[in-house]
Amino acid sequence: MAMSTANPDVTYNYKVVRQFAITTVIWGIVGMSLGVLIAAQLVWPAVNLDYAFTSFGRLRPLHTNAVIFGFGGSALFATSYYVVQRTCQARLFSDGLAAFTFWGWQLVMVAAAITLPQGLTSTKEYAELEWPIDLLILAVWVTYAVVFFGTITKRKTPHIYVANWFYGAFILTVAVLHIGNNLAIPVSAFKSYSMYSGVTDAMMQWWYGHNAVGFFLTAGFLGMMYYFVPKQAGRPVYSYRLSIVHFWALIATYVWAGGHHLHYSALPDWAQTAGMVMSLILLAPSWGGMINGMMTLSGAWHKLRTDPILRFLVVSLSFYGMSTFEGPMMAIKTVNALSHNTDWTIGHVHSGALGWVAMITIGAIYHLVPKLWGVQAMYSTAMINVHFWLATVGTVLYIVAMWVNGIMQGLMWRAVNSDGTLTYSFVEAVEASGPGYFVRFLGGVIFLSGMLIMAYNVRMTIRQKDAVALNNVAAQAA
Amino acid sequence: MSTFWSIWISVIVLGTIFGCWWLLWATRKGQTSDAETERTTGHSFDGIEEYDNPLPKWWFYLFLGTVIFSLGYLALYPGLGNFQGLLGWTQHNQWDTEMQVADARYGELYAQFGQVPVKELATDDEALQMGQRLFANNCAVCHGSAARGAIGFPNLTDDAWLYGGEPEDILETLHNGRQANMPAKGTMPNMTSTQVDQVVNYVLSFSGRARDEEAAEAGKVVYAQGCVACHGPDAKGNQAIGAPNLTDDAWLYGSTYEWIEETVLYGRENMMPAQSGRLSEDQIHILAAYVYSLSN
Repeated sequence: MAMSTANPDVTYNYKVVRQFAITTVIWGIVGMSLGVLIAAQLVWPAVNLDYAFTSFGRLRPLHTNAVIFGFGGSALFATSYYVVQRTCQARLFSDGLAAFTFWGWQLVMVAAAITLPQGLTSTKEYAELEWPIDLLILAVWVTYAVVFFGTITKRKTPHIYVANWFYGAFILTVAVLHIGNNLAIPVSAFKSYSMYSGVTDAMMQWWYGHNAVGFFLTAGFLGMMYYFVPKQAGRPVYSYRLSIVHFWALIATYVWAGGHHLHYSALPDWAQTAGMVMSLILLAPSWGGMINGMMTLSGAWHKLRTDPILRFLVVSLSFYGMSTFEGPMMAIKTVNALSHNTDWTIGHVHSGALGWVAMITIGAIYHLVPKLWGVQAMYSTAMINVHFWLATVGTVLYIVAMWVNGIMQGLMWRAVNSDGTLTYSFVEAVEASGPGYFVRFLGGVIFLSGMLIMAYNVRMTIRQKDAVALNNVAAQAA
Repeated sequence: MSTFWSIWISVIVLGTIFGCWWLLWATRKGQTSDAETERTTGHSFDGIEEYDNPLPKWWFYLFLGTVIFSLGYLALYPGLGNFQGLLGWTQHNQWDTEMQVADARYGELYAQFGQVPVKELATDDEALQMGQRLFANNCAVCHGSAARGAIGFPNLTDDAWLYGGEPEDILETLHNGRQANMPAKGTMPNMTSTQVDQVVNYVLSFSGRARDEEAAEAGKVVYAQGCVACHGPDAKGNQAIGAPNLTDDAWLYGSTYEWIEETVLYGRENMMPAQSGRLSEDQIHILAAYVYSLSN
């Protein structure tokens, strides 16, 4: 409970967790609304509205930045700050620095929302933000590392819990990736040129790009999984040994995988091969996380019938398992020759982004919100249930539409006539993709509507008369 | 790459893979039981405990399988620095092989038309059908699938030809490409803005477009100084250098006052890429017949 005269040594800082939990929902709705808008633009091009700043090319990077860094980033900050305190039995290293990470990160997101629609971009996918914003990100990130690892060093537990290994790896590696890929020569306040040129630049970009997925969207969220799944299920983690093997193998091989984005390109053959074999080896370490989460439920499967929060967590693990099977397959050169540049890639990313990242986040936030406001449960469990089905149906519609489109596009592009000429012109493949684009739009609308229900449910939860916004909560012995 | 980098790459690639193998082995070796247990590690974090369960067997073999597959793959394909792999595969020779296969399969189909004169070929339905497909694959991206062109890309269905519409002209265009350049303000670099206005009006008069008569009249002098060298005294252009005929209704860059003014002020540069080397002689021959047929 809230304690105004709390001794900071025996309380947890919940204020920054609450703030990030709220912005998770807000940036989620902003980012996914943008996603729905640009999905609509692909069905009805008139939705571009004929302004440069509302065109697909300007809004697509804003969509990705808002969902990855606004929504995903806020969720990672919120849960890592919550988990590290509770599993170390120590208050955050510094309240002031933690507050700086919150306001700094929000400033980054607002700056993204202002600059990207104006076309101010470094043109590197998922690293579009120009150099002044990159520096701000760096400052926030270094502070984040200080707060997180500072808290670890203050811990009262003899060991470091597995969730914190993953959060720690994510924080360290993202710092290295961010600095490495964004090294650039500024020529004006909002324009810079990459330090690298040609294929080196491409390799740096996809070393970063794939590990934005591997560390930001995977390692970080595995940290989330390792706390919220056993906590919500009330069961011990399935296997500590499995945690060890899959953690080290995952972080060792993920950093190699970027080369598979550049198959059959100017990238030397050896680097393509290294990217491909490491992606294949990644299958088992990725599944290690899924198994450890899923098997944690053995003995508690019945809880799925009544607990929609647990359902979110478990289904997210299913999507995680599916997309981490799909990924290594798509990294095989022969498969990639069909899938590259098609909608299949978009489908793959969203089975990870909606199915895994968003679902586990939603589950974690539903778990967190009542605790952060000192109430027993969310305002409405029925609404969580509705949200669960909207999220699941939306995700399935989205990825099935993109599978169909992607494989169709790949086959149309390679179809040849009896004289060796291509059967279809590019625009014919675009035209044939129309129905799939509509289904994807529909899936997006359904997923987004679930987020709106979530926002309402969160709002009603924190407005209940016995809800108190907790800033400091007494630490308890494990 | 140098020997140092070759060794460096090999060591870290193999080090990562064998590191995974060792990790898997070492963790499995320390297992206290082969079956699932209820024993925990004894830690508790915020109430969360961890079982000391063994690695699932199927998962262990899956992991081992991918490691062994990868080592086999690295033996066969280029991956370890300068080591080319036992198969000698490269993406370049894969491409060459596929192209040879395609040539062997389709070459004859095109060769049957290679010696037929273009004008004759332009009446052969089968050749034209192939020509249309070649056009859709290779030319439509600029000239449009209906060959009607766009701003900066000539319409191939009309009678206006920048470089001539006879078979040999079209073949030359296809083989070697074309490159043209209209200098800003033509040959009169000190052309004033009044003179630009005058010459634009004069150009508009060639095709009977709405204009300021007085300015057009004054533009004659400007034309004689700045434009006549390429476009000629009768403004009919010069196909030897690709200077457009200004008296017809075909406009590469638009026919309004604003478009022509921009052309005069800033000049134009354009090129058609050479197809020799990209397409076979026979394919170019068939394409020439198809293009010829569009306006004949």
